[in-house]
Order: sequence, then structure tokens, then C-alpha cells
Amino acid sequence: MAGPRRRLPFSPWHLVLIPATIVLLFPFVWLIITSIETPAEALRFPPDLTPHVIRLQNYPDAYAAAPFGRFFLNSAIVAVTTVICNLVLCAAAGYAFARFRFLGRTALFIAMMATLMVPFQVTMIPQYIITKWIGVNLLGGAGIGHIGALIVPNAATAFGVFFLRQFFRTLPIEYEEAALVDGANRLVVLWRVVLPLAAPALATLAALTFLDSWNNFLWPLIAINSQAASTLPLGLATFQGAHSTEWTLLMAGNVMSLAPMMIVFLIAQRYFVRSVAATGLTGV
Amino acid sequence: MTAAAAIARARARPARRARTTESLTGWAFVTPATVIIGLFGAAPIVWSLVLSFTNDNGLSSTSAFIGVRNYKTLIHDPVVSQAIEHTIVYTALFVPGTMLVGLFLAVAMNRKIRFIWFYRTAAYATMAISTISEALVFIWLFDPSFGIVNYVFSLLHLPQQQFLNSPNEALYVIVTMTIWGWSGFAVVIYLAALQGVPQDLVEAAAIDGAGRWATFRRVTLPLLSPASLFLAVWLTINALQLFDEVYLSTQGGPLGATTVLVYYLYQQAFTTNFDFGYASAIAYLLFIVILAVTAIQFRVGRRFTFYRS
Repeated sequence: MAGPRRRLPFSPWHLVLIPATIVLLFPFVWLIITSIETPAEALRFPPDLTPHVIRLQNYPDAYAAAPFGRFFLNSAIVAVTTVICNLVLCAAAGYAFARFRFLGRTALFIAMMATLMVPFQVTMIPQYIITKWIGVNLLGGAGIGHIGALIVPNAATAFGVFFLRQFFRTLPIEYEEAALVDGANRLVVLWRVVLPLAAPALATLAALTFLDSWNNFLWPLIAINSQAASTLPLGLATFQGAHSTEWTLLMAGNVMSLAPMMIVFLIAQRYFVRSVAATGLTGV
Repeated sequence: MTAAAAIARARARPARRARTTESLTGWAFVTPATVIIGLFGAAPIVWSLVLSFTNDNGLSSTSAFIGVRNYKTLIHDPVVSQAIEHTIVYTALFVPGTMLVGLFLAVAMNRKIRFIWFYRTAAYATMAISTISEALVFIWLFDPSFGIVNYVFSLLHLPQQQFLNSPNEALYVIVTMTIWGWSGFAVVIYLAALQGVPQDLVEAAAIDGAGRWATFRRVTLPLLSPASLFLAVWLTINALQLFDEVYLSTQGGPLGATTVLVYYLYQQAFTTNFDFGYASAIAYLLFIVILAVTAIQFRVGRRFTFYRS
């Protein structure tokens, strides 16, 4: 049994990872290939695997068939506004829970955390009724059928409050005390001292909120009833309903729907991955 | 009066007022978030419980208390028992499936080799795709007439399948697409946990003569158990709420074969009869199922979970 073991010139793990990566990427690849085929080629069986005519016309065709630009804009407005609202409201509440002593603090905190255990489907119907009521009686833009209905109910989350409170508690209190002694009020302390120190936690909450908002489907499905107010997932689902067998058109629409998020994700990958990993570490 | 004495008096006097001020400031800080969470998160919990005892209907304004009739209907509704069955089958396949895929990929990707960034990015990319985009791609891949999967089957001399058009296969296609969609998430969680495994423990096992598999089985896997418990709970909660993929690919069909609890709830509340009362009862059934399953997972899971202190 003497003699060195034979070694591959590369790590044997490549032999596992290459096929795995092909499986992971194949849906994306096939999606793009179909989106640039002619309709006749897409319906060829067995499929034509050799490169052939590239038909980019599917993209303008899909864009003409459904307002993907509008969907994108709606998704972007909803996601960005939701993120900003969450950062502001959850930071304020999380900070108060972390640092202030006020009447009813513990009870309120426990009640808020209890809502975390409840699945969305339980609150969905009353949320629909409330949103409808708000639209009729208070603020039209936040009612059923308007994109405000996708922002207001998610403007603050119990998860966000909890997550930031936990983070604020790990910060050394001395800086805040020093600022208070110097005569700063609480809001200034939060804004000037605490939030800069909490940048990583805020970034994590922003990434998670953005992903959630961008990919949300069930609530927009219920709350939105027009193409003009549709977000990308909802608009894409409606588009699929209307063109269910026009595969080249569907895949072109699908590429347009997922491209913006994919680009953002690839650029800020490290930051998204860290955020998702954080849910696992704080989770249980 | 010296300045010091004045400060001391000033401190003593408003101690109570300071506390009141702090209380007011505290409430000022929490009120906006509390209003939103209270209105859209907390109040609806009670409200939907109340609704579940009524015949409330989204189309008419009349609503009356009908006691536990919705729950009685629920127990005898054959669609509900089917939906529970489909939900359980789906969850039982999806959760372990995703965990195994995630663990396998994370272990393979937890090393510094060339192109590793590319392999990891490929896995992570599945996190950026929405459930709707994911379902739309998979409907096309699994299309019975023109899909590439049936083509691969023909190359392997396997019989052509109906996939989403077959009551016997549709749910498994949905399991497949959701495992793919969640694999990136599982990889992230397991990779983070693997990077926390101390190398000296692994090396110590190797010095003691443990083989690679034994080291993985006896050292690495127990150290990963908190991540596994988290994933099991998290994936299960999401699996029990399956909706998007079903809505896009099968609408609960064919022949009701993919009608899961949330899809049935949606149908009852927002498609044909707008039966808010009955749908709320289904929602509470779902809630109880989720609570019970999660509680069991924690109880059983804790026993197999190893926490390094």
C-alpha cells in the first residue's frame, strides 16, 4: 500500500458542484433561451438544442401586451416606501423598547411579539375589510385598488421592532448618556448617535423588507384589482392568465419581471446573503 | 445658594416629572409602529376569530352570529380533509427535501476552491426569483407536450408524463419547483452554520482516527443541529402556507389534487362566494395546525439539538 495517492489536478468537489450548478441554473438558462425563440421553435418537440435564430422581438411584443414598466414602477414605489417606513417606525419603536422605561412597556412588547406567531392568512380577511374602510372613509390612496394598500399595512412589522430592539440593546449605552448630558434630546440621540452605530442592522432589515415586499403576491392579489396598480408578481400572473400558451411571450415577460431584482441581488449579493443568514442566527 | 446645591435640588424635584416625561417620550416613539401593527396585525387576530362564528359575507352587509356552525361544516367538508392531506404530504416532502439539498450543497460549497463564488452565486440566485416567476418557468419546463423535462425523459427511455395535468403528479411537480426555489435559502443558512464549526474539533476527530464520513456524522452534523432546527421550523411554517405556486400552476387542480389549505381559504374568501365567515374558520384551523406542528418540532427538535455554550 505504499506510494502517494493519485490526485486529480483539481478538487474532486468540482465533479459534484458542476452538475449541481447546472441543475440550479438550468431553469434560468431555459427561460432566457425560450424568450428569444420564435413561437414555432418553442413548440418544437423534441426541442431544438442548437443555437438558431435569435428573436428579440418577443420583448417589445410582451411589453406591448402588458405594461411591465408600470408593474416595475409600482413594485419599486411599494418596496422602497415600505422599506423607508419600516426603518423609521421600527427604529423609533425598537429604540424606545430598548432604552426607555415607560408605562405599559413590557405588556405592549409582549403583545407585539405575539402577533409574530400568527400567519398572514389569519389576519388577511380583516385586513382586507380595514383597508377597504380606510379607502372609503380616510384616505383613498390607501384603499383597495391602490398601491397605498400595499404599503400602509406593512409600514411597520413586529419583526422589525424586535430585530432592532435586540440590536440596540447590544450597543454601549455610554455614548447615548454622554449625548444626553450634552443636552441632546432623545430624537437627536437616536438620529445622530444610535442609528449610525446601527447601520448594519438597519441594512439587514432593509434587505429583508425589500425582498419580502418585492416578492409578495397573496396580499396584492387580494388588494389590487387593476393592471395600473399591479406589482410585478401580480402583473406577471395576470399576463400568464391571458397568454397561457404563448411561451415565448410569457418567458420574455418573465425575464423582464425578474431581471431588475436579479441585477440588484447580484450587485449587492454579499449584503443580501448576510441579511438572510442573520435570520437564521437570530431565529431560534 | 451654591450652584451645586441648586443642581441637587433641581435633580430631586423633578424625578417624578422626569419619569412622566420619559413615559410620554416612550409612547411617542412607539405609537406609530403600534398603530400599524395593532390595526393590521393584532386587531385582525381577534376580528377573524369573531368572523369565524358568523356568516359574514364580503358581498352583502348583513352578518349574523351562527355559533360554531362554520366549524361543524369544516369538520364534515371533504375538501377540507383533502386539503389537509395535500398540505401534509407537500410539507412532509418539501421540508426534508429542501434541507437535504441545502445541506448537500452547503457542504460541497464550504471550501476554498476555484470558481466557488460562481457555484455559490448560482445557489443564491434562487432567492432573488419571486414565487410567481419561479412557477412560470417550471410550468414551461414541465409542460407535457413541449417541455424539456419530458424530452429528457424520452432520452432516458422513460414514459412521457402529464406532470401538472395529472392528479397523481401535480403536487410532486410543485414540491420540485419549491425545493428549487428555497434551495438558496437553505444553502445560506447551512453555509453560515458550517463556517461556525470550529476546525479544531474536526481535526481532533481526524487525529482520533475518524474517517471523513464519521467526522461529518458525529461532529459536524451535531454542530449544525441548531441551524437544522431553525430550517425545519421556518420551512414548515412556509410550507403550510403554500399558495403562490398553486395559484399560478394548477389553481388547486387537476381534480382538486393540489388544493392545499390556504388555496381553499382563498377560494372561499375571495373568488366565488366571498364567504368570510367560513374562510376565517379555515384560517383558524390553519393557525392551530401551524402552532401545533411548530410546538412539536421545538419539543422534539430540542432533544436532538446540540448547543455549544
